[in-house]
Amino acid sequence: MTPKNNEGAAAGVARLELKGITKQFPGVLANDHVSLKVMPGEIHALLGENGAGKSTLVKMIYGIMQPDAGSFTWNGAPCVMSNPKAARKLGIGMVFQHFSLFEAMTVLENIALGLDAAIPQRELEAEILRVLDSYGLKLDPQRIVSTLSVGERQRIEIVRALLLKPKLLIMDEPTSVLTPQEAEQLFETLRKLAADGCSILYISHKLHEIVALCETATILRGGKMVATCDPRQMTSRAMAELMIGANLKEVSKAPSRSFGAAKFTVADLSLAKLGDFGVALRHISFTVRAGEIFGIAGVAGNGQNELLDALSGERTSTSAETISLQGKAIGKLHPSQRRLAGLCAVPEERNGHAAVSEFSLTDNAVLTARQSQNLTSNGLVNSGKATSFAAQVIQSFAVKARGPSSTAGSLSGGNLQKFIMGREILQAPGVLIVSQPTWGVDAGAATAIRQAIVDLAAKGSAIVVISQDLDELLGLCDTLAVINLGQLSKVMKVGEVSIEEIGLLMGGVHGDPAATVHMTEAMHAHTV
Amino acid sequence: MRIRFEKRPEPSNFMRLATPVGAVLLTMVLGALLFDALGYDGQETIKQFFFTPVLASYKWQDVATKAAPLIIIALGLALGNTAKIWNIGAEGQYIAGALGGAFVAYLTPDVTSHWIIVPMLLAGIIGGALWAALPAWLKTRYNVNEVLSSLMLVYVSLQLLSYLIDGPWKDPNGHNFPQTAAFTDAQLLPRALPGTYVPPGLVFAIVLTFVFWVAMKRSIYGFDVRVSGAAPQAARYGGFNAKRTVWSTLLISGGMAGLAGILEATSQLGQLNLGFPSGYGFTAIIVSFLGRLHPIGIFIAGFVLAITSVGGQVAQTVVHVPSASGGIFQALMLFLILAGDVLVRYRIKIVHSASKAGAAA
Repeated sequence: MTPKNNEGAAAGVARLELKGITKQFPGVLANDHVSLKVMPGEIHALLGENGAGKSTLVKMIYGIMQPDAGSFTWNGAPCVMSNPKAARKLGIGMVFQHFSLFEAMTVLENIALGLDAAIPQRELEAEILRVLDSYGLKLDPQRIVSTLSVGERQRIEIVRALLLKPKLLIMDEPTSVLTPQEAEQLFETLRKLAADGCSILYISHKLHEIVALCETATILRGGKMVATCDPRQMTSRAMAELMIGANLKEVSKAPSRSFGAAKFTVADLSLAKLGDFGVALRHISFTVRAGEIFGIAGVAGNGQNELLDALSGERTSTSAETISLQGKAIGKLHPSQRRLAGLCAVPEERNGHAAVSEFSLTDNAVLTARQSQNLTSNGLVNSGKATSFAAQVIQSFAVKARGPSSTAGSLSGGNLQKFIMGREILQAPGVLIVSQPTWGVDAGAATAIRQAIVDLAAKGSAIVVISQDLDELLGLCDTLAVINLGQLSKVMKVGEVSIEEIGLLMGGVHGDPAATVHMTEAMHAHTV
Repeated sequence: MRIRFEKRPEPSNFMRLATPVGAVLLTMVLGALLFDALGYDGQETIKQFFFTPVLASYKWQDVATKAAPLIIIALGLALGNTAKIWNIGAEGQYIAGALGGAFVAYLTPDVTSHWIIVPMLLAGIIGGALWAALPAWLKTRYNVNEVLSSLMLVYVSLQLLSYLIDGPWKDPNGHNFPQTAAFTDAQLLPRALPGTYVPPGLVFAIVLTFVFWVAMKRSIYGFDVRVSGAAPQAARYGGFNAKRTVWSTLLISGGMAGLAGILEATSQLGQLNLGFPSGYGFTAIIVSFLGRLHPIGIFIAGFVLAITSVGGQVAQTVVHVPSASGGIFQALMLFLILAGDVLVRYRIKIVHSASKAGAAA
């Protein structure tokens, strides 16, 4: 018997039911007796912090991994997801957080490559157009992928999944790369799909999305299922507390903040792109005053990494005057020289960029703090001093580690990020540049990191935060700008700017508010 | 039942030490089986290969003489290998170093002061470093893979050697043999300890092992090299200049190979001839990996390889195995070390997949 024949699910029978699913990894119990039910046509949220076991759970549903214990039921019949092909055969589709697309090929070719069955191109194209039309998705099958925006690329993955007429669609953190407007369009599509009877398992840690979209939510914490609830009946705060298992602490920020003189100035900074898929920086200018937190919003891949490299000194500028710190031109200085001048930076990628996973925390402290903290003498590392500096970072930032001799790789993402932030902040930088300070970090650590940024600003440092998390920027920053295709928008005051406006800038409208208004109208005309 | 590799949360220190030892032991076992299959007495071959050089005191000097250049070259190579700069051309730098020293000797046949050995050794280091500078320049300027350029320069150095000793530097009283004039007494290295046969190279090897140990583990330059190898992006972020690391590791490893070359020429041969290139530069690559890129480990590994090299000659005369058998053993050992490295980061787990598959629909 193949469960596929069992499609006529009677009312009350779950589309997919998990009973006691358990998965053990070396040293960590990723899923501990997780049970949940997804009903036909239901949009079901799977909610939890990074490391709560969401991804492991859906990988088992999609057949990428096998559970150590527990069982699956599909439309009332027991089944085993032995591999993704078997899962697709049942009618399970999945859209991954990271896309697997060939940049140099067309949309059509990419979709054809991802299918189990070979379908003639013309038929496939007609089929794609039908799917696009029925769900109101905009995508040209003949476009080359490298010319598409991230939102459009995600649509390819969605179309690929929809072509198989799924009965259950798994979406893994789908909005992490989308602008607010793109996210809203995605929700429309998902609602239509659900109305047609397709169940959706929606994975996220963004509570406002869950509230807006889902009917049921299963909350995971530390691999265990802690609650199943109706998000529409709950406050975001209550769900957040279930997620982290503790009271949610808020960042405390003095209500009236005053700024000093201009401390960090970037003037007309341009950099050619590196490689075929790099982004060129074009005429970037902004000023950050002492005590000010300046945010840079934007969809991933719009020049954020290039900007961080340019500011930290990993790529030097052709003219010294493009970057200045308290009047000193530092555009041509290398990272060590900039650090001595009082500029510290934290790149987005923790492993292999901000820290070396196989090195001890002491060695990771030496990596950037050796000069400002005098950790070397006569060309030799003073290991006693280095160890005590690492211990100081661990203690002041409540890093959970066995000690300075643990390797960076043995720390959880949140703890390593706290260590890295602590290492830079304890050097008392006049200017701190941080990219994605809380990316992949649990809520408790995220609050601690944001608080540390606010406290550093209160001491008179100028701070630049580059982040894709708009909520974070709006909560943390005093002023903000949006980066798109390597260009920076005008600087806006947080509190005076609308999310809608930021979203439009993230999507790529530059210049004055008039153009933004024009664009807004055009968009409304389009969607209506 | 399936065998599965599971990533360890942290690399195992026990395995880090156990794999080189295990590789040597496994080489013995596999080597015995191999030579049995080829129709030789496998057990006897292994005995001659690995044990005679250790047990027979008259072989000790041979072993030390061969270990010294291997250790000196491998120390330099380990620096590059740690930074993931792969200098495969130490053999060429070894020859270039000997040529550098011999050039000084060629210019100063009449100097009687024993101090002439100092500029000769310096010229050896410079010759080796210059030969390694070419791959460094090609890599930093044109991003040419140093594996290819350094290896190809080995063959250039062989041509240069045979040209010089059969041309401008040819010994006028050498009966037309392709060789340089013999070094004068002043141009030869004095004995390390008067009255003994301790090779002078061994003294250099011991001192340099200590110097490299401090440099690798304690100095900021050693830190630079380690970060550059482990995470190039982090090295850039930490303010280390990648090009400078390429240059310095290649120049130092070339200089060390050059030093080994001129030490060999001034202590063993006393001149340069076509028999000078000995393959030490290639064998040292094995030494650096067998020693886990750690100076102390390299010191031990240098002796292990020297033993098999001396043992290879013994085995040829006693068991009559072919002369290529030494190379086979060394290659087998390198292969097993590299294969064993997997165990440092992964552990083997045997999975008894009982009846899971039976439940599949």
